[in-house]
Amino acid sequence: MALSADEVRYIAKLARVALTDDEVARLGDQLSNILDNFQMLNEIDTEGVPPTAQSFALHNVARADATRPSFAPDEVLKNAPRREDDYIRVRGVLD
Amino acid sequence: MPSIDLNATAHEHAAHLRAGDYTSRALTEATLALLHAQEPALNAYITFTDALALEEADAADARLKAGTAGPLTGIPVGVKDLLSTRGIQTTAASKMLTGFVPIMDCTVVERLKASGAVIVGKTNLDEFAMGSSTEHSAFGPTHNPWDLSRVPGGSSGGSAATVAAGGVPLSLGTDTGGSIRQPAALCGILGLKPTYGRVSRFGVVAFASSLEQVGPFSRDAEDAASLLGAIAGVDPLDSTTAPVPVPDYTEGFARGLEGLRIGVPESFFGSGLDDAVRQSIEVAIDAMASNGAIIDRDIALPSASAALPVYYIIAPSEASANLARYDGVKYGFSVTDGTSVEEEMALTRGRGFGPEVKRRIMLGTYALSAGYYDAYYRKAQRVRTLIKREFDAALESHDVILTPTSPTTAFRLGEKVDDPLAMYLNDLYTIPVNIAGNPGISIPCGLVEGLPVGLQLIGRPFEESTLLGVAHGYGQVTDWHQRRPPALG
Repeated sequence: MALSADEVRYIAKLARVALTDDEVARLGDQLSNILDNFQMLNEIDTEGVPPTAQSFALHNVARADATRPSFAPDEVLKNAPRREDDYIRVRGVLD
Repeated sequence: MPSIDLNATAHEHAAHLRAGDYTSRALTEATLALLHAQEPALNAYITFTDALALEEADAADARLKAGTAGPLTGIPVGVKDLLSTRGIQTTAASKMLTGFVPIMDCTVVERLKASGAVIVGKTNLDEFAMGSSTEHSAFGPTHNPWDLSRVPGGSSGGSAATVAAGGVPLSLGTDTGGSIRQPAALCGILGLKPTYGRVSRFGVVAFASSLEQVGPFSRDAEDAASLLGAIAGVDPLDSTTAPVPVPDYTEGFARGLEGLRIGVPESFFGSGLDDAVRQSIEVAIDAMASNGAIIDRDIALPSASAALPVYYIIAPSEASANLARYDGVKYGFSVTDGTSVEEEMALTRGRGFGPEVKRRIMLGTYALSAGYYDAYYRKAQRVRTLIKREFDAALESHDVILTPTSPTTAFRLGEKVDDPLAMYLNDLYTIPVNIAGNPGISIPCGLVEGLPVGLQLIGRPFEESTLLGVAHGYGQVTDWHQRRPPALG
């Protein structure tokens, strides 16, 4: 199956990745190739086979609901690109 | 005082340190000097941690003096730059995280430090561990010490190359689809992917959470056993770690190869396998048989041939979710001159991620998007169940499964970097093991035109001891693990 440029742009929008026109063209070809290779899965009978999300499923892992020491705001914000007081600054969402 | 042989194993260094033949500081200084000298040829490291290493070496010498040293105390170790290190840049080989300095250690590094090991630097990798050649690094490719025009494999290529080149006796990598075992094979050393849930993933930059594990590179089984023992076990900060006791990983050494039931699935020896590699593996199988192992070629893993597409649906799907956090807001690379929040996020991700990472995010986003979820993701998870059941069944009547690790020896830099499907085929034999969750090891078993060949052993869940026992037994009757590449420079 071949992905159109519009489909590639739509997936890029969902993934929030800005692509150049070159990248859109290249990724269209490459992803189409890779998806073609996935078609072999359709030949495998999985009727009644449950899905596996994780190899050794553990259930209900719980811990005590107790407070623990946490990081100081100065440490947590050390890597923030834009900071104001004890907050991360972002561009306004609403005009 | 004997001079320091930097080609020694960790246990040999440990004996010298305990005997007072040399100090950890002397060993660490000599190691750092060698690593810096090798670096222009190898590019195995993204960051060296000289100052911290010397501090840790002095602390190790104090422990050695006080008699509280363990097998790793004072031993230089390289750590893949996917593992968070407090106060030390952790990049995942991405422009996205260049300059990012974690405020905590991942659990594995915390345990490594507690063992007294000396961290000498952060090793190079494919960006976010996505790749099989270490060419997808924002810091340039790592070179294979056996032939500098060739790749070391990947994604943990820096960790493999530095051990193979005799820079350090031990290093840590991560393995999501073969990223420890394949570079170990291509560099002629031992690499072990533990059972899923054996080692904590807390603080490891996440790629595909249901598949990946941290594990050791070493030159022999004894060193791998020490390092795995130091990092394995339950971690309250990673609820996927299994409450299974951590054994002495040398417990399988006494058994040897006598009576060991080895299953060899013919489907792993098909048309993609290089003839000379096949021959090396056959010679290794014969050596195991003549030393008492029982070889059974009548085992079937039919669904394993579907593992590659299953992997390239599940891993990118998980990656597309895990990498959603890189939005330029909280930390990391950030474009701040856009006109809206959404535009800035998209530009941050478009400019911060390299081509392979973008490819996988796109693939995963597509597989999880409305209308395709059942056809791709759900289908892949069902086939995953079949693959796992077949491994379980095969290992009921066999102690280990033996296959090639990689279809070829190390390929040339640039040969496959623009052909994603050709690159993905490198992991044909290693990927099924991550899909099933079992432990797997690659050990050196030959040289083809001066390039190492590795064989893979797959074991039952949480039976890493058995794999290390076979590696040790094979190392007693062959000397492939003692071969070294020509000295650099």
